[in-house]
Amino acid sequence: MSTQTSTGVKVEEKPRRHKDWGSKLVQYAVNIVLVCFFAFPLVFMIMSSFKANDQIFADLRSLRAFLPVGELSLANYQAVFEKSKFFRFLGNSIFISLTTIALALVVNSMMAYALARLKWPGQRLVLAIIIATLIIPAETVIMPLLLMVSRLPSFSLAEGFKLGWLNTYQVQIIPFIVSAFSIFLFYQFFRDIPKDLDEAALVDGASRFQIYRKIIVPNSGPVFATVTILTFIGTWNAFLWPTMTVQSENLRPVMVGMQYFFQQDTEWGEVMAYATLITIPVLVLFLVFQRSFVQSIASTGIKG
Amino acid sequence: MQSVQAPPQTERKSKKQRDLVPAVLLGAPAIILLIMFLIGPFFAGIGFSFTNIRLISANPAEWVGLRNYQRLTKIAVLSVEPVTDPATGQPVTDEQGNLVYPRSRDFTRDTEAYPQYAGTREWFTADIGDTRYYVLAGDPAFMKSIVNVVFFALIVIPLQTGLGLLLALLVNQKLAGRNFFRTIYFSPVVTSMVVISIVWVFLYDKDNGLINQFIGLFGLPAVNWLGNPSTAMLAIIIMSVWQGVGFQMVLFLAGLQGIPDFLYEAASIDGANTWQKFRYITVPGLRSVFVFIIITITIAAFQLFTQVYVMTNGGPDDATTTVVFHMVRKGFREQEIAVASAIGVLFFLFILGISMVQRFVLRDKEA
Amino acid sequence: MRSKTLSLISLLLIAAILLAACGGAAEPTPAPAAPAEAPAAAVEPTAASEAPAASSAGGKTALGLWTHSAGNEGEMKVIQQMVDDFNAMQDQYAIKIEAFPQGSYNDSVAAASVAGSLPCIIDLDQPTVPNFAWSGYVQELPVSQELLDQLTPGAMGLYKDKVYSLGQFDVALVNYARKSVLEKHGIRIPTLDEPWTLEEFNTILQTLKDSGEFDYAIDVNAQWTGEWWSYAYSPMLQSFGGDLIDRSTYTSAEGVLNGEEALAWGEWFQSLFTEGYANPKPADDQCFLQGRCGLWYTGSWSANDVVKALGDDAIFLPAVDFGNGPKIGGASWQWGISSTCEHPDGAWQFIEHVMQPENIALMSETTGLVPTTAAAAALTESYKEGGPYRVFFEMSDRFTVLRPATPGYLRISSEFEQAGLKIRDGGNVQDALDDAVDAIDQNIQDNNGFGF
Repeated sequence: MSTQTSTGVKVEEKPRRHKDWGSKLVQYAVNIVLVCFFAFPLVFMIMSSFKANDQIFADLRSLRAFLPVGELSLANYQAVFEKSKFFRFLGNSIFISLTTIALALVVNSMMAYALARLKWPGQRLVLAIIIATLIIPAETVIMPLLLMVSRLPSFSLAEGFKLGWLNTYQVQIIPFIVSAFSIFLFYQFFRDIPKDLDEAALVDGASRFQIYRKIIVPNSGPVFATVTILTFIGTWNAFLWPTMTVQSENLRPVMVGMQYFFQQDTEWGEVMAYATLITIPVLVLFLVFQRSFVQSIASTGIKG
Repeated sequence: MQSVQAPPQTERKSKKQRDLVPAVLLGAPAIILLIMFLIGPFFAGIGFSFTNIRLISANPAEWVGLRNYQRLTKIAVLSVEPVTDPATGQPVTDEQGNLVYPRSRDFTRDTEAYPQYAGTREWFTADIGDTRYYVLAGDPAFMKSIVNVVFFALIVIPLQTGLGLLLALLVNQKLAGRNFFRTIYFSPVVTSMVVISIVWVFLYDKDNGLINQFIGLFGLPAVNWLGNPSTAMLAIIIMSVWQGVGFQMVLFLAGLQGIPDFLYEAASIDGANTWQKFRYITVPGLRSVFVFIIITITIAAFQLFTQVYVMTNGGPDDATTTVVFHMVRKGFREQEIAVASAIGVLFFLFILGISMVQRFVLRDKEA
Repeated sequence: MRSKTLSLISLLLIAAILLAACGGAAEPTPAPAAPAEAPAAAVEPTAASEAPAASSAGGKTALGLWTHSAGNEGEMKVIQQMVDDFNAMQDQYAIKIEAFPQGSYNDSVAAASVAGSLPCIIDLDQPTVPNFAWSGYVQELPVSQELLDQLTPGAMGLYKDKVYSLGQFDVALVNYARKSVLEKHGIRIPTLDEPWTLEEFNTILQTLKDSGEFDYAIDVNAQWTGEWWSYAYSPMLQSFGGDLIDRSTYTSAEGVLNGEEALAWGEWFQSLFTEGYANPKPADDQCFLQGRCGLWYTGSWSANDVVKALGDDAIFLPAVDFGNGPKIGGASWQWGISSTCEHPDGAWQFIEHVMQPENIALMSETTGLVPTTAAAAALTESYKEGGPYRVFFEMSDRFTVLRPATPGYLRISSEFEQAGLKIRDGGNVQDALDDAVDAIDQNIQDNNGFGF
């Protein structure tokens, strides 16, 4: 492997270059094979979204499934927009995701700060409990949770007080703010920020909250980025919960909307078009933030 | 400061007290939400598990004690001898010349003579000598689901960890376009599992699927990937590793970038070869990443659900039924929330146990 | 850069707080991030779907209606029209539609029942009706004997002989074939009065297999999961002489689902796959349409596709008589009234409106589904006497066996599917069926007989 460029020994340079070339070539070859392996299902999805059912099945046997060949059209996309309130669902999901992320960043990081940087009785116990909740499968709590949210009071300007959170945005947001995993990531990161900064601030008379806001948060960009992406993946893919709690079409998120296209005679092209539409934004987002995402995880300083 | 002069006991205590108020204020939102939306419902679920509550029912929920747990965990072994012909005293054989055994159901249904087998069904059988052993379980599908997720986890944990590391090493090279490669390898992670599962069902198809077309090029026979009990779980494993490995790649990549360059340089000067550098610098440098990855994959692997739900629906012959899938089937399709809750509780305890063992083992080495 | 991130976060936070203050922005508030649809949605009055109790809107009492038809353009159009007509023809009630995707509709309704937020009028999957009736979530319909007499068997949802739901349409199970293929191989074309017998059918499968023209002799859609199994394969079981449960008591499946007749069904069903007549797990449902399969056992819903692909060569054959006459499954989506409905009279008026022959015919014309009364059938092009699909109406009128009308059906269906899958995959038939019986009986016992 030629990762580590050694500083000295010029004598070696010539044979080494040669070796570099060879190994680069091998690496490209390996990468290209892997790219095919990792990309082909997504390519299949995108290509199929331009094809009619018959053609998808006809192409299935050959590489044509991955190529933009045959009769291509935007008919499936048109159907997606006609048969479902796609933009409404998209807007809902964006809104739900962003709100959840914003609240999750604040709530989880404050908890983690209290655990990582302050000393208080019961601290270890709270940390242990939070880590233990990682193991609770979401499906276990879903029924009791449903019974509870259907009886929680809520208030709206339009309707005043009423009982039950069903059919709201908040029912899709508030239960998903706290995440043990996020708290854990924040905790790991905060623990490694040098303590001298706090001490100095304390001497200057800063409060614990001011330290959190002025020192911890500004120095923790990477972990905020990581939690943002992980929370986003979670909320974007929410399905079972909104199915049970959201009855109004105008409040539905994208994954529930995909169900519109599974019919007795499913037009797979439409399913693929819908899937493409909800996948591409996420991929683009990741492509844009790819470098800082990797760096952010790198500096999250995961320690066992 | 502290290292110079240990603060007096009183001051330390007062510091702890002084932090209590801000800690409570800062932690309150998370703790309240956690109790309301996770811990509270979880305890409610524990409560449900001791009743016979149904999703919708005309009967009021009744306390049934440990009944749900007993049914789920009941295991019994029944040994039977081959059927003999009463006239000759010789064992009876079927057309293929195999010995014929009494059916387990003759015992499990005979609650008067064999109360110990009541309410059990056949899980699997084993023939030792001429004796056949029926292993009976109160809920064989639950037992199978545990075996399945354990199998899944045992394969996926090392496989995904290893491949994640290899990918990370590969995309850590100074190669033009490596950002592109990273993005492609990571892309399945951010794609919806439902979408991915649907696509893979097409690829796995026996007659038209591209995977069979591909292995056909090498003269191999078509495999009914999702339709055959012996390959269905393997198919799920391949697809799951494909989907998830990008995340481990990023974590390892992060770990690799955290290893200081001078260590490698020093090793080069000492004449270490590539393997030695990997073994004595990279691996120890990634230790904490390894621990983190193994613990998180374990938890995720045991919660396997979506792929199974979309691709195989637990089949064929329960070969891909997982614990969470079984729980959802009980709770929603069959509406038996009480049983589903009991499964959830048992499962929680099961993973908790494994996690504690893992933490113990992994921490032990660190010391 | 950092301050940018921070200000973005605080902006979002403010939005979130505002939102929380507005009670999670119940519908009338336009969603901040919903560009295209927001204005339209903002003026749309809502309440109907949210409150089980009807509220007043524009002088009329609003009644909520839920349907499973989201994404199904045809059905949605008809429902919209029936609702518009109803709202226009009387001035007491105004019905508001909320459409759900079919795939997750049953979960949505079950969750809403538990949470107490069902609307007045609900669209229910007929086999689930007894469960809702037993649990007290739907009310008995004041249906007249006169109307009942006109309905085909698949038009009603019953529990303990009382009617809880009515349906406008049904589907029939049918064997699709190519006339040319049958003629070429000298296969007799069966009729409603003289369907294929078991022996005949086995010979036909062998003939088609031996011809080498097809990947499989028949496509029975064994890859589908869930309700399809009981719907499509339990009629075969019944034609063999078995059943899912003893219908005289509804308290046990012993001897019925695992008796000799059921065993015969299971062995035969398994042979479909072991003999290579049918693909146990096709990836798609195009096998017959693309000419890779000789026959296709599926619902009448595919008739249009078949005709489109085959033209005049398409032929619809009745279910096989396995010994006790041909049987097909029946009953689809039906309308019921929730117990929490405060204006059941209004809801019932709507259901009566829906069950008018013209409306049933309209639904049938638009969706191609089988109408549930003879009067409605006569009004349609496809199902009137001599119409191209008349045979489906005849089948559903004559051969339908409803799925057992018991709340235990949920478990029965799940167990039958699991047994069926085991049989398909080569498991021991008797054991698979016995396991199902044990589980079904246990479940009935646990629930105190489900009211029987």
